[in-house]
Amino acid sequence: MSGARTSALATLRSQIERIETAEVVHQHERVALGHGEADSALKGGLARAAVHEVFCEGRQGAAATGFVIGLAGRVSARRPLLWVRQDFSEIETGALSMSGLSELGLDPRRVVMVRAADVESALRTSADALACDALGAVVLELWGEIRQFDLVASRKLTLAAQGSGVTGLLLRMAAQPLPSTAETRWMLRAAHSPPGPMWSAWGAPRFDAELLRNRHGPCGRWIMEWNCDECQFSEPSTYSQPVAAAPTHRSDPAVPWQRRTA
Amino acid sequence: MGTGSREENASKQKDEPSVVVIKDNNALVIHALDDAASRLGLHIGQPLANARAMCPDLRVFDADVVADAKTLSDIADWCDRFTPLVALDPPHGLFLDITGCAHLFGGEAALLQTLVRALARQGFAVSAAIAGTSVCARTLTRQATGTIVADGEEAEAISSFPVSALGAGEAVTTGLRRAGLKTIGDVASRTPSEITARFGARFSTLLAHALGQGDAPINPRKPLPDYIVEKRFAEPIATDTMIAMTLSRLADTLIASMEKQGKGARRLEAAFFRTDGVVRAIMVETGRPVTRSAVIDRLFRERLDALADPLDPGFGFDMVRLSASRTEIVVQEQRDLDAHVHDNDELAALIDRIAARIGGKRVVVHLPQDTHIPESAVLAAPAQHHLTAAMQAEWPVRTESEPPLRPLRLFDKPEPIKVPFATVPDGPPHQFTWRRALHAVVRVEGPERIAMEWWRQDGKQLTRDYFRIEDAEGLRFWIFRDGLYEGEVFDGDGKPASPGWYVHGLFA
Repeated sequence: MSGARTSALATLRSQIERIETAEVVHQHERVALGHGEADSALKGGLARAAVHEVFCEGRQGAAATGFVIGLAGRVSARRPLLWVRQDFSEIETGALSMSGLSELGLDPRRVVMVRAADVESALRTSADALACDALGAVVLELWGEIRQFDLVASRKLTLAAQGSGVTGLLLRMAAQPLPSTAETRWMLRAAHSPPGPMWSAWGAPRFDAELLRNRHGPCGRWIMEWNCDECQFSEPSTYSQPVAAAPTHRSDPAVPWQRRTA
Repeated sequence: MGTGSREENASKQKDEPSVVVIKDNNALVIHALDDAASRLGLHIGQPLANARAMCPDLRVFDADVVADAKTLSDIADWCDRFTPLVALDPPHGLFLDITGCAHLFGGEAALLQTLVRALARQGFAVSAAIAGTSVCARTLTRQATGTIVADGEEAEAISSFPVSALGAGEAVTTGLRRAGLKTIGDVASRTPSEITARFGARFSTLLAHALGQGDAPINPRKPLPDYIVEKRFAEPIATDTMIAMTLSRLADTLIASMEKQGKGARRLEAAFFRTDGVVRAIMVETGRPVTRSAVIDRLFRERLDALADPLDPGFGFDMVRLSASRTEIVVQEQRDLDAHVHDNDELAALIDRIAARIGGKRVVVHLPQDTHIPESAVLAAPAQHHLTAAMQAEWPVRTESEPPLRPLRLFDKPEPIKVPFATVPDGPPHQFTWRRALHAVVRVEGPERIAMEWWRQDGKQLTRDYFRIEDAEGLRFWIFRDGLYEGEVFDGDGKPASPGWYVHGLFA
């Protein structure tokens, strides 16, 4: 091979390398969700600078919203959160309540809401916002099957997220997954509270989260619980209410009693 | 400084006299007429029956007062090219304050000529005059159109006109004529006290203004912008690239002139003057004072892109004007040391861009309100104006180690549910139907009683008992009973009725 060709090949190789590394420049940043198995499937946590999709059935909208808020709370790291929603979804599942958001441990002061009239303006606004690196995360809430959200639109969002390092979260209610460039795709359902008497309080929000697609690891399905105080996910607890810890420096009072009855 | 423009009905046959009639006291009277009709001796205010008797082949049109007002307002828009201070003088007149503007058009005479010619070309009959006071100019338009009266010569200029030129109303004009005061000069020769005693203070003030003694302020339609830059084109422009280029050049000039005084713009308006007289104004507002022309440029690009009815150049724009109508003094901050300040600026700029695209009311931040009523506990306010307030708002602190007490999704209007029965009168339901699906209640917590605000005018609502409920699927609802069981809800006969149940929100 002549010298000129070799050098041309070398130039092309280095160009390709540069293009490839540009795409993965932010990919090393992963935020642990707090749920052990999910984190290990995600290779350490949810990737920043990428787009993640959360799907749910129509009536599971609130559960999926809670899960998205959890993800946004993990990745945004005290930076502003832009929430873009379509007018129609507010009628179907109710408006996102800031009191409810603060009950989940997030700061409503950091939330800016965009009420887009239609899908086009919602998509355009979120692509614009994903390119703004002052934000922590951009949530795009869409209701129903949407023709306009195709592979091209999805690619636009992904590119914008990669360029700025902002995480995009798509909340797709009452929709079926379609091919997209998302990093992960989740299907969300509400999970039962741990068993207990009817009049006992429920515990923390619980999600039955199914990881349908994961670009860099296996999929799976877990029950995940959101811890409002520590603002992270965790393995499901057995009791809905916090239980007093057993004393470590005294013997278990139940043990001698059992022995007496035996 | 005043012009009176009068719209005439464009009649195809010039020789046939035509009039516009309006209903006044149950009789049709002449509202406006053309030259042919006035040559026949018809006059405004004459009953149509009399006019028909004088001239049987009269063409009659119905007056459309609303359309007239719209046309006058359109003409006023067009007149914005001469001065930013344009005031309406209904029903047919406009006042233009051309102080300091005349030299831009080659002097007062040239300006008057340009204006009259341009309007006449569009089919309007115009009478215009320039004088030191608005009332004097209006008087001049009625008798001597095209006159320019220098300061201090008003009394001389109008003294020979009949009193009707003052436009003081039918009663006063007749009264003056009966008193033998035929011309304005006659009236002016009397002492003001005599005139006031006979015709009232209002007329004597009008007379004084007409004679150049003091002036009534005109009432401009738009507030005067703080900064105006504009570009005129000998050859009208129509392409998007030219429009964009013009706007960005104008933005540079505007920023340069604001920078000298340390100002930044909060509200910007671009006005596009079409050659055929249509003016389109586009407004952009920002949350923080803008000091960079690139930002202005981008905001207008977003706005123009997203217009529901795009900018129609028609035969082209012959003038583009950019004005800053609200400006603020910019405090220069040191940016580089504090990344947080920089982030907030970026966010504000993003909000401005989105607002320019989809409207300022659609980008909101949330402010907590001091009330227990769930639906009014949070106020959504436009982000452009309330971003700082929202960032510093004090939200109620959540109780540690408690599950969420307020739902994540709240319905704007609580949705009614069907509850077959409750085990105990004040208790929660065992099952309920919401949106045609039956939900069996597995977990209940409550009630949380929220009483309405009786001290408010609209506070006469029922007390609500809220329950947090989980169904067999794990869905969590926030439902309430509207009204206490005994003593709050009554049916038509005044007997106690069972209260209704509603879903108000959904928990995660």
